[in-house]
Amino acid sequence: MTNEEIRAFLENAIQENKVMLFMKGTPNQPACGFSARASGCLNALGVQYAALDILPDQRIREELSGLSGWPTIPQLFVDGELVGGSDIVLEMFESGELAQLLGVEQAEAPAPEEPQPQKGPIGLENRLG
Amino acid sequence: MPTANDLKERIERALPGSRAAVEDLTGGGDHFRAEVVSDRFAGLSRIQQHKLIYDVFGDEVGGPIHALSIKTSIPGDGR
Repeated sequence: MTNEEIRAFLENAIQENKVMLFMKGTPNQPACGFSARASGCLNALGVQYAALDILPDQRIREELSGLSGWPTIPQLFVDGELVGGSDIVLEMFESGELAQLLGVEQAEAPAPEEPQPQKGPIGLENRLG
Repeated sequence: MPTANDLKERIERALPGSRAAVEDLTGGGDHFRAEVVSDRFAGLSRIQQHKLIYDVFGDEVGGPIHALSIKTSIPGDGR
């Protein structure tokens, strides 16, 4: 796959899916605490969403950040627009704005736990490369 | 390897009048959390506010700075 094809695939995924989450790992097996937090917010709201693991090819992340202008993962898009990364998603979840944006009722559910980066010089993301 | 204080100084230099509190989450110099209070955020969306902070560090975010968690607020908005 060329970089152009990857970018076209990403643009299409963002346009085709009302709620599109780019993350490290999958909703069932997130590979990073921040990605786990973002998918956890969506799970807690019970909305349907598409998720793409960016880890298999580093060009996915490069092209995604190139088109969104956002340097980190996760990235949540709703209706083709970048909503934010894990901090913004959690903030909007806690304030009820995310439920409003997605058009769902928010049940009384606790927010997903804060990611706990591993103590010491080697973080989780280092090991995953 | 950047320190929390390096990040704090660079944010405050890039956004004059802002106040930044930066924490090194692991002690490893690669996972940081920054809380920034600045007038510059007035009228901007959260995305735009966070991008102002990311822009201070450019390619370093995702490189030497693996993770930069951000919380922004405007002075006196009570958040």
